[in-house]
Amino acid sequence: MSTTENSTDHTTDIPSNSNGKTKDPSDNVAVSKGERTVSVASHLVLSLWTVIVVLPLVWVFLSSWKTTSEIFQSPLSLPKEWSFDNYVRAWTDSNIGDYMLNSVIVVTSALVIVMVLGSAAAYSLARYPFPGSGIVYYLILAGLTFPVFLAIVPLFFVLKNTGLLNTLPGLIATYVAFAFPFTVFFLFPFFRALPQEIAEAAELDGAGEWRTFFQVMLPMARPGIVAISIFNFLGLWNQFLLPVALNTNEENYVLSQGMARFASQAGYAVDFGQLFAAVVITIVPVLVVYIVSQRQLQGSLSQGTLK
Amino acid sequence: MTAVIPPTTATVTKKPRRRRMPLARKGFLLVTLGIPFAFYTMFVLWPFAQAFIYSLTNWSGFSDTFDFIGFANYQALLKDDIFLKAVRNNLFLALVVPFTTIVLALALATMVTVGGAGTGAVRGLSRSSLYRIVSFFPYTIPAIVIGLVWAQMFDPSAGLVNGVLTSLGLDRFESFAWLGEVSTAMPVTMFVIIWGFVGFYMVLFIAAIKGIPAELYDAARVDGAGRVRMTMMVTLPMVRETIQTAYIYLGILALDAFVYMAALNASGGPQNSTLTITQDLFNTAFKKGQFGLASAMGVVLAVLTLLFAATVFLVNRLTGGKDR
Repeated sequence: MSTTENSTDHTTDIPSNSNGKTKDPSDNVAVSKGERTVSVASHLVLSLWTVIVVLPLVWVFLSSWKTTSEIFQSPLSLPKEWSFDNYVRAWTDSNIGDYMLNSVIVVTSALVIVMVLGSAAAYSLARYPFPGSGIVYYLILAGLTFPVFLAIVPLFFVLKNTGLLNTLPGLIATYVAFAFPFTVFFLFPFFRALPQEIAEAAELDGAGEWRTFFQVMLPMARPGIVAISIFNFLGLWNQFLLPVALNTNEENYVLSQGMARFASQAGYAVDFGQLFAAVVITIVPVLVVYIVSQRQLQGSLSQGTLK
Repeated sequence: MTAVIPPTTATVTKKPRRRRMPLARKGFLLVTLGIPFAFYTMFVLWPFAQAFIYSLTNWSGFSDTFDFIGFANYQALLKDDIFLKAVRNNLFLALVVPFTTIVLALALATMVTVGGAGTGAVRGLSRSSLYRIVSFFPYTIPAIVIGLVWAQMFDPSAGLVNGVLTSLGLDRFESFAWLGEVSTAMPVTMFVIIWGFVGFYMVLFIAAIKGIPAELYDAARVDGAGRVRMTMMVTLPMVRETIQTAYIYLGILALDAFVYMAALNASGGPQNSTLTITQDLFNTAFKKGQFGLASAMGVVLAVLTLLFAATVFLVNRLTGGKDR
């Protein structure tokens, strides 16, 4: 156990007086057999879980380079030749490229809008309680507890009547509406915990409501905003029911719908190489973003819990 | 307070500030709160309210007219064997999935945080960040893709699962249809859902366990408590609230489960063994055009969800959870 390991990996340890900075004197004492057993057993179990997580992904990656007949002959073998055929076909034939573009447009727009609306609403609710603000808060919470499925049928007609059915703006609007309650719920305590004296000082210095919100209070709630942005991004990117029910025009399909088509075709004449290539194209961008930003994500997760 | 959600204890408390609100502030509130709330009402609250009304009608969705038929839809559901099967499947999911996921996630999180060898202070496992990072992978993969990948993993002839089993000499599994057999379809489906969620909750529990004051562990250690005892006496009571939150989230997810079902067994599985309320609802509404009946199914689902959440709160309270 080296001290460098500890200091680079301080997120895993229970914070204790021996954590990281100073070398634990007990390192020099012989560690008992029982202690070692616990540690080794833990490593074994965690490694096993890691394998269970990684194996399907590795298999998908390998299969994405194979032909369908290769996949059927021997699921375990390596591909005979590494050609980009499957990827080219997935990108062009099954329109994964178009679907991804739609996903990016819808998720980005919805994310920006819901963060603006959600943080503004959470701020106002937290900072300026007025008669009836409790009711508003609980009505927003109510949206979290009911299953989206209950609303899907009437929602279909709300969108139809406003001419937004089967359009990207319609999808963006519903994404925003359904991500809104969780955003408010999450940010409300952050804004409540901010020192009000600073806002009052800013106002005394002549800053208006808007300036105080955008330039003083919003930056102070940054950890909460980062955390909820990540959660909203993953949630909206994975959204399935809303597009399937409300966005049936094929040109407007998002990624999850494109993948669902493969699912419904399964068993028929599916080009499996192409399917796996499409899966890899879908997974890799988010996985890369996650690996790059995982420290921040884990940090914001514990920030949220420890606050 | 430990949960994904930061402090939930802070509810709207009315400060006795009764000064008249300046006009600029009224305008600010109207824009920052009024506009989002109006939007939210139109797209979320109003549809929810409508669903309750439609559930009392025989509306097909395509006609302009419909009649109020009272609770006839609900009575029909009580006699609908397929719907009742879906309800049973959902209850089974809500029983098994959250429990297994949380036990597994807690066990892994405990190993990461207190599994390290040492004679002094309790410490985390060395070089554990890899486990943490990799376990979270499934959470970044869209659920529909998770379902799709595992449907292929369990494919009778081309899947990796049977490939590995037969190469180990278990010829019985040469073309075993995991998702096509009544006995295995549901367990396999549960496994896939659990696979997708353990990593996220593991990371969540790691954060919660790290929030426990180290002195508590040190004191337990000095008193001679082993790892198991420490987990039961220190960790579990301290992360109780996080477990409750996780249980409710996972329960809601298990009562929905639409995405996984759509990817693994779009038709509801062999003899409807994996059919869920949400699948039945979707077909009833958009394929059969019985919007009134579908809304009644939605109401049943909502009631089950609320009952589930209430049960979790109650159990937590009865087993000694603090009343915040």
